[in-house]
Amino acid sequence: MIQIKTIETRNLCDSGGCGECQTSCQS
Amino acid sequence: MTHCYQLGGYHIVLDVCSGSIHIVDEVAYDLIQHYKTTPHDVLIAAVHDRHPDQATVEELEEACGQIEALREAGKLFTPDTYEPIAGQLKAKTAGVVKALCLHVAHTCNLNCSYCFASQGKYHGDRALMSFEVGKRALDFLVEHSGTRRNLEVDFFGGEPLMNFQVVKDLVAYARSIEPQTGKHFRFTLTTNGMLVDDDVIDFANRECYNVVLSLDGRKEIHDRFRVDYADNGSWERIVPKFQKFVRARGDKSYYMRGTFTHANPDFLKDIQAMLDLGFTELSMEPVVCAPEDPSALTEEDKPIVMEQYEKLAELMLQRRRAGRPFTFYHYMIDLKGGPCIYKRISGCGSGTEYMAVTPWGDLYPCHQFVGEEKFKLGDIWSGVTNTAVRDEFAACNVYARPECRDCWARLYCSGGCAANAYHATGKITGTYAYGCDLFRKRMECALMLAAVNQLEGAQ
Repeated sequence: MIQIKTIETRNLCDSGGCGECQTSCQS
Repeated sequence: MTHCYQLGGYHIVLDVCSGSIHIVDEVAYDLIQHYKTTPHDVLIAAVHDRHPDQATVEELEEACGQIEALREAGKLFTPDTYEPIAGQLKAKTAGVVKALCLHVAHTCNLNCSYCFASQGKYHGDRALMSFEVGKRALDFLVEHSGTRRNLEVDFFGGEPLMNFQVVKDLVAYARSIEPQTGKHFRFTLTTNGMLVDDDVIDFANRECYNVVLSLDGRKEIHDRFRVDYADNGSWERIVPKFQKFVRARGDKSYYMRGTFTHANPDFLKDIQAMLDLGFTELSMEPVVCAPEDPSALTEEDKPIVMEQYEKLAELMLQRRRAGRPFTFYHYMIDLKGGPCIYKRISGCGSGTEYMAVTPWGDLYPCHQFVGEEKFKLGDIWSGVTNTAVRDEFAACNVYARPECRDCWARLYCSGGCAANAYHATGKITGTYAYGCDLFRKRMECALMLAAVNQLEGAQ
């Protein structure tokens, strides 16, 4: 049996944004 | 667009534009990689030839049906339809500021040669922010925050604890105006640890949502760069203070922030050193400096660093399975939540919703641009007067950078760091290729860890 396991993730296509998110920083 | 890779013994398929992740076996991995470019009958025959003992033709047909069902469900081969909305969040929130980095001290009690802020002076004069300037900065933030309820303020430097009384007074002022403004301030303190004492610990644990503690790991690595003005290393003085700080912090956020350089591309040893000291919330960052700087990472360092990231992921899996988990800043990813598509496209918000304030009240797009005079946005009394620079930052998004369009990691890096791009290419819409390579490796590790943790029932 070939295995394809799909991980539960937020669907980005369904996610204009509230703007309350925190300031993210790659540094 | 999909990104297929193997890591930690797993075959992983990321559907870039939906965010879906699939853990598959070797045969499915082969099928998915060629599914869109090979006619069906040719694909079945070719994959069967490559894996004759692993799957029958009937099983391959069944797997193709599963792949097609995932495509129809929007979980595989999802097209990128986001470009038209790329500027939407920033346009919607134009003029709104929700976070400030307060440079309360442009001076430092350490003399680290690799410091991006030129030993805290930011290529200018030494200075401490007055309470009056800090108070005006907080008022500026409230006035420009629109309907935002959560406001972030970082106490930064230099070494902010060299101006601790002002830090305390500013927090007291902010708390006093929360009821009437309906705002909630969230404070962060970044410190080198030299001035940490019981008063600092009590204050930070009461008022600071997060603290960032600078430690480079092994004593000999830390003390190579992080020295005082008498050239004495700081490791022995700060580690006991940090250990006490973290113990007292309970379940509140902190992280140890280390920097690795050409001297220690084998930074996993420094991660291990911090774990041995009892710290479990960790980050190790590649040094940011001019390419000719002796501490700069080289092309020869890159494969070593890449391998270290993979070994770090393996160590995190091992320790989590053994009941001794730890976190790594860049591997923290929330698959079931995580930022929405608008945030992912928009980036960090530097120059628009996030700004840095100098001790004199000048505004810059972020802490890494302070001291670059042409990026000065204005000041906390007159607001943003250099609208050309602000508009340049407002136009920054994933789709503003041609190099990002074909990158599978674009919805995780949001187009990258404007400061790194500027220092590498002279343009904030450039890309820092070396940093991109490291970022992609980190994301491969982070996604693998998050997926495996979910498979194994650990979040």
